[in-house]
Amino acid sequence: MNVTVEGKPTANRKGAVDQPKPRQRLVVIGNGMAPGRALERLFEQAPDAYEVTIFNAEPRVNYDRIMLSPLLSGEKSFEQIVIHGDGWYVKHGVTLYKGATVTQIDRAAKTVTTARGITVPYDKLLIATGSLPIIIPVPGHKLAGVLSYRDLDDVQAMLLAAKSRGHAVVIGGGLLGLEAAVGLKEQGMDVTVVHLAPTLMERQLDTPAGHLLQRAIEARGIRILTGANTKAILGEKKVEAVLLEDGTRLVADLVIMAVGIRPNAQIAKDAGLTVNRGIVVDTSMRSSDPEIYAVGECAEAHGQVFGLVAPLYEMASVIAQQLAGDATAAFQPSALATKLKVTGINLFSAGDFAEGRDREEIVLRDAARGVYKRLILKDDKLIGAVLYGDTADGAWLFDMIKKAKPVDAMRDTLIFGPSYAGGSPLDPTAAVAALPDEAEICGCNGVCKGKITAAINTLGLKSLDDVRAHTKASASCGSCTGLVEQLLTISLGDTYNPTAVQPMCGCTTLGHDDVRRLIVARTLQTIPDLMQALEWKTSCGCAKCRPALNYYMIATWPDTYKDDGQSRFINERVHANIQKDGTYSVVPRMWGGVTSAKELRAIADIVEKFEIPTVKCTGGQRIDMLGVKKEDLLAVWADLNKAGMVSGAAYAKGLRTVKTCVGTDWCRFGTQDSTGLGVKLEKFLWGSWTPAKLKLAVSGCPRNCAEATCKDIGVICVDSGYDVHFAGAAGLDIKGTELLGHVTTEAETIEVIAALTQLYREQGRYLERIYKWAKRVGLETIRQQIMADVERRKALYDRFVLSQSFSQKDPWAERVGGHDAHEFAPMADLTRLEAAE
Amino acid sequence: MSAMKGWIDIGAVVDIPMLGARVVKSAVGCIAIFRTEADEVFAIDDKCPHKAGPLSQGIVHGRAVTCPLHNWVISLESGAAQGADSGQVRTYRLKVEKGRILLDGATLAASHAA
Repeated sequence: MNVTVEGKPTANRKGAVDQPKPRQRLVVIGNGMAPGRALERLFEQAPDAYEVTIFNAEPRVNYDRIMLSPLLSGEKSFEQIVIHGDGWYVKHGVTLYKGATVTQIDRAAKTVTTARGITVPYDKLLIATGSLPIIIPVPGHKLAGVLSYRDLDDVQAMLLAAKSRGHAVVIGGGLLGLEAAVGLKEQGMDVTVVHLAPTLMERQLDTPAGHLLQRAIEARGIRILTGANTKAILGEKKVEAVLLEDGTRLVADLVIMAVGIRPNAQIAKDAGLTVNRGIVVDTSMRSSDPEIYAVGECAEAHGQVFGLVAPLYEMASVIAQQLAGDATAAFQPSALATKLKVTGINLFSAGDFAEGRDREEIVLRDAARGVYKRLILKDDKLIGAVLYGDTADGAWLFDMIKKAKPVDAMRDTLIFGPSYAGGSPLDPTAAVAALPDEAEICGCNGVCKGKITAAINTLGLKSLDDVRAHTKASASCGSCTGLVEQLLTISLGDTYNPTAVQPMCGCTTLGHDDVRRLIVARTLQTIPDLMQALEWKTSCGCAKCRPALNYYMIATWPDTYKDDGQSRFINERVHANIQKDGTYSVVPRMWGGVTSAKELRAIADIVEKFEIPTVKCTGGQRIDMLGVKKEDLLAVWADLNKAGMVSGAAYAKGLRTVKTCVGTDWCRFGTQDSTGLGVKLEKFLWGSWTPAKLKLAVSGCPRNCAEATCKDIGVICVDSGYDVHFAGAAGLDIKGTELLGHVTTEAETIEVIAALTQLYREQGRYLERIYKWAKRVGLETIRQQIMADVERRKALYDRFVLSQSFSQKDPWAERVGGHDAHEFAPMADLTRLEAAE
Repeated sequence: MSAMKGWIDIGAVVDIPMLGARVVKSAVGCIAIFRTEADEVFAIDDKCPHKAGPLSQGIVHGRAVTCPLHNWVISLESGAAQGADSGQVRTYRLKVEKGRILLDGATLAASHAA
């Protein structure tokens, strides 16, 4: 089990017992993307060579920093950008100190020491301290409300500030500044970008492309001031305004400084290592001390420091090879490509595109389409490219830049891309087909075309998610998604359907997952709000989307959402099951299938009193009264309530039954009190709404008389405790359950089941039974989140308990008390009028 | 049948939940009275042409209702089944005055005679 306490290791070391040869100790300072990649590669090449300890100053696991912008704009959640979950560290026997800052390296003793005084020895040390944001030291830069944009804490602070819907000023119109500006605008803030240079992103774009970009960003309602120099940040206790050199005063509730980064090399300097701008390393990535490596933004190689992910990953690969024993591995920085991660703006630049006497350029402009392409040639070789609007040829051009091949023969058609050069029509798929196998498709993860096509063909991959899972291509920033999809099309032909996201219904193009994500990201709290914000195509939805949306709302906002009865299927609206003749069936709860003389007598009386035609036992161990007229429902419920019975929710996309056997109370084979646990579970879970119906069972021994192994969630009691199962089915499909895990106490069983139910409530698509959800998201992910990640389980459990505090009201009693009275009486009775004639 | 002629007050618009329906009992069977999101009111037979499902219990969307038994979609304006299904339910004339719903007794009688 993986315990996460600040300053304490979360460890599952492989013990010395099964590891006779003492392993070298590798200590890593920093837990960002570069060291994460280095360790990943190292574990592939030499899985048992090192005993690894990581110190992470941030109190969390390794996540994808490239994805902070989608996180800010609400397009992704933190879970979606985690690279290595807690399970990864456990699996590789890595000791991870979270929230632990290393303050000292003792090179003589070969140890590192943290701020809290933990000292750990190393054989090899990897410094990966990354970079620090540059803060311009203007007056007021320390005021509350002035943030940088580097890590998750910054994003969370920005999201919090954005709730005010106030004014934000972003200082810096580079890649990060613009992504921050768009994200804050998406969050509803009024945003101004202040940029010192005359055009945006001047390091990656030439002037014309910078202007096109400025127009596109301004079209989103963001104000851009170029050539603007910040003089001071004004405010008493917190930021109130930004003052520019020219006297302009910009009102601001939030100021983001995104003017650049500098390597965080202080600890290396203190330890006496050679440091210029960054920690100086040779081509083997070793610092001036051969036992100490540096990787990432803190490292300086070939006199350069790097901020884009591709070269950092190249560094990581070299370090992994070196640590695995390949002394020949060497880091050679290659040309860099940049993409802006703003949805709807296509922008690509690569290589060197400064003007110069020895350079020639080829330019294509199509103002109407907003397309601009510029290629820079030197000595008959392509050395740089800027693409705006249409970036489909980016990968092909980038490949040409890296290969530095003469372009003479293709020069005339170069700017039209590979498909024209081949004489075929301008088909983007053909362009991708024309790429050589070694062309890089995914810059973030360094995946080339050949690796992707090989994986598709040999592993039988069928979807984008498959490719992401097996090759990582397009799994980071996602801007190469189109290219990967084209590779799928080329490899699979018509069997690949790129639009595999099924819209919820004809009212929208969005799929269930997108809708759920956007409900949270954009704080959509009512169905009409949602339909407005997500541009529903119909005025008020349809019978397919409205019940789904109503469920998503109730699951997301349990405390504030007002249930919309008109968006519920009739059974959930009147809390009974409609039958083929328009009458209803009524099923009261029998907790754990246990009943009494009093309850049975009440049921017998009701059946006679209301002349209910059929009484029958259900498969879930309770009694069903069928053929109740709608106008009798209230009176039937009132009588059931009087005998202490409540709705069994036999109609609900929610908790149905908890079936039990008699367990240790009576059975000579029983190992635990299965009936008692079943009753406790039902009393804990009743009233909850879930994506589809939820049926449980508890069996007192592995003979499994309660048939728990075909239920949505099942418990098999054993001598040592409880095996919790899930994802069974015995309806349209028949499927045995999967084991979720083993726990030792009743309390733990209930916690695990409540957390599992909550995870399903949060991730399941409406009408998707638990076994289908589990198949879609993966059994292992679910086990990881419920069984291994105890913190996460507790958080899920707490959210379930909160939701339950609003949902455990008997709907029958409410209606007997007058709620929704219109549902149960005709509006008018004209038969009497006619009879009077 | 004199009382069946002219307009019969069956209740107030606000007695019907928005995007919901209520039932009026009559000698010709139950009539479902619907209220749409645009606050329009429609009256049709409470009997799906497919398997006689009570349309008043369905989910209302636009100017249509989805039958609770097998999801046929019936137009509230024309009474016709939508999409691939074919079938027809009777519609009833009504008007709204000062928030009251008045059902046309004549259509009721005509239906009665039919």
